[in-house]
Amino acid sequence: MMQLILFNVTNGLIIGAFYVLMALGLSLILNLSNVINFAHGNFLALGGYLAFTLAGTLGYWGALIVSPLLTALIGLIVERLMIRRVYNRDPVYSLLLTFGLAFIMQGAARYVWGPNGLPLGLPFELSQPLSASLFFITWYRLFMVAIVIVAVAGLFALLRYTAIGVRIRAGTLDLETVAALGINVHWLRTCNFAFGCLLAGLSGVLAAGQIGLNPNMGDDLLMPSFIAIIVGGVGSLTGTLLGGLLIGVAAALTTVFFPSGSEAVIYVIMAIVLLLRPHGLMGEEGMLT
Amino acid sequence: MTDATVAVVPRRPIEAVWLPFALVWLALVTAPLWLPLIGGYTALAARVVVLGLAAMGLNLLLGFTGMLSFGHAAYFGLGAYGAGLTLKFLAPSTPLAILLGTLLGAAAGALFGLLIVRRRGVYFAMVTIAFGQICYYIAYSWNSVTGGFDGLRGFDRQPLQLGSWLIDIENNDTLFYYFVIALFGVAVGLMGLLLRSPFGHSLLAIRENQRRARFLGIPVERHIWISFSISCFFTAFAGSLYALLNNFADPMALHYSLSGELVIMVVMGGMRAFWGPLIGAAVFVVVQDYISSMTVDWMAFVGLIFVLVVMFFPRGLLGMLARRKTP
Repeated sequence: MMQLILFNVTNGLIIGAFYVLMALGLSLILNLSNVINFAHGNFLALGGYLAFTLAGTLGYWGALIVSPLLTALIGLIVERLMIRRVYNRDPVYSLLLTFGLAFIMQGAARYVWGPNGLPLGLPFELSQPLSASLFFITWYRLFMVAIVIVAVAGLFALLRYTAIGVRIRAGTLDLETVAALGINVHWLRTCNFAFGCLLAGLSGVLAAGQIGLNPNMGDDLLMPSFIAIIVGGVGSLTGTLLGGLLIGVAAALTTVFFPSGSEAVIYVIMAIVLLLRPHGLMGEEGMLT
Repeated sequence: MTDATVAVVPRRPIEAVWLPFALVWLALVTAPLWLPLIGGYTALAARVVVLGLAAMGLNLLLGFTGMLSFGHAAYFGLGAYGAGLTLKFLAPSTPLAILLGTLLGAAAGALFGLLIVRRRGVYFAMVTIAFGQICYYIAYSWNSVTGGFDGLRGFDRQPLQLGSWLIDIENNDTLFYYFVIALFGVAVGLMGLLLRSPFGHSLLAIRENQRRARFLGIPVERHIWISFSISCFFTAFAGSLYALLNNFADPMALHYSLSGELVIMVVMGGMRAFWGPLIGAAVFVVVQDYISSMTVDWMAFVGLIFVLVVMFFPRGLLGMLARRKTP
């Protein structure tokens, strides 16, 4: 029993790490631009598929680095061409736009890479289990968690110590003042969107190694990421981090005792949080970290 | 959203109200006559009316209260499942199925609404999606009752018994279509009355400027909750008709992608116009029907419609007409 619970907690933390990576990207875009990016799951899938294509020439390690960057570049282009046009309009338009974009990107992925699942090959070292007694943890899982930790730490450092990060945080609080201080907020939002897509692309490469690739692989991760943001508190990246891990572990633990309820439990958590703390665990309206 | 400060609502000329009304009803009543001539079929018209009703229900909230729900498919789907389950397990009665389906969706909406109305703007949208997905997962995973992924089958709409007069809406598609537009008429009439009432005007005030409405003594949060519940009621009503139309209810009727489609119908038709959502539904359903018969990748084309509407026709069809008339 103990081992089963341990197994599921580990599992939950790994799944939670995915939610966190995805939700942080969504949260970044939501906080600064007030746009819910429905296509975020499709940027994740795009990252995974690009890695699949690039792995042939660059190898796994090269793909792991280049594919998220390419995803970010595509995100940047999409933002410049479409998303920026809806920033100052009724939120209904940004929702519909990213919603339509999600359909298009899914159709494109199906067209280019085919409707069937594809595997992403892993280097031999990574696919081995840790040891005979810890057979349920492969090196790959540890590696994923390590990458997530590095990425999250990198993001927080970026927001804290670099000029662009400070501007993003300031823009979250009061974009008009930031613009009045002479900062090009159009580019700020574009870069911010690209950062979000970078995180999505990275989670896509990691997810592809674990669950394989299919055109709607992002859809299953999108809803939990929403919940992670709502539970953690809109506006707080630390909250998103906490929310993602919390619902990951909660869902995995529920699998032990009540398997069919594992999807439901994250919604129950959300309802409880909304009931007791309408702003979420760490949320203060409009505050970042 | 603009902060309009209109003190007196100017009376619109009488033909501006009656002309669209007359045109819409003329088109609806005669649809079974002319639709086959242009390659349509009656069930398609019924689909337009049912989805149009759902979109008009949504528009009470979206266009007339200014709150963006992206989870209305849940209440639509609950109406469908409620009606289907009633017919399958409870009693073979069409009116009872409609009643219970509608009440199921409306009750869920009212309950979730208590938690949902605390948020505003995009966060409101996000929470409505999440609550909608709860309903989706319940329908998806509660296999023994709802039929799970395959959907709920094994029920048929029943003929109506009016005294000694039997109306066979079960086998006659045209009769069922007239049954649907009769109910549509009642629902739309109620919506019109609601919007003309003082309560309806206070909803418009909330849409235009929430803070101002609050200062005027309107209980904003409670009014939004009532508006949300009523909106869910009409959408669930449409959902129950949808189950009767197809004799089938599937989990995709609860999924947020249908919520998005309802929103695009509203926007495409014009969300400030009373009949806008119906026009939007007509265009969307017909185009979707056409594209899905041409290619398997029709979802990408639907996505393209979304993007084009947002980028180039954000005011919708009726919105563009209205602007042309009043420059």
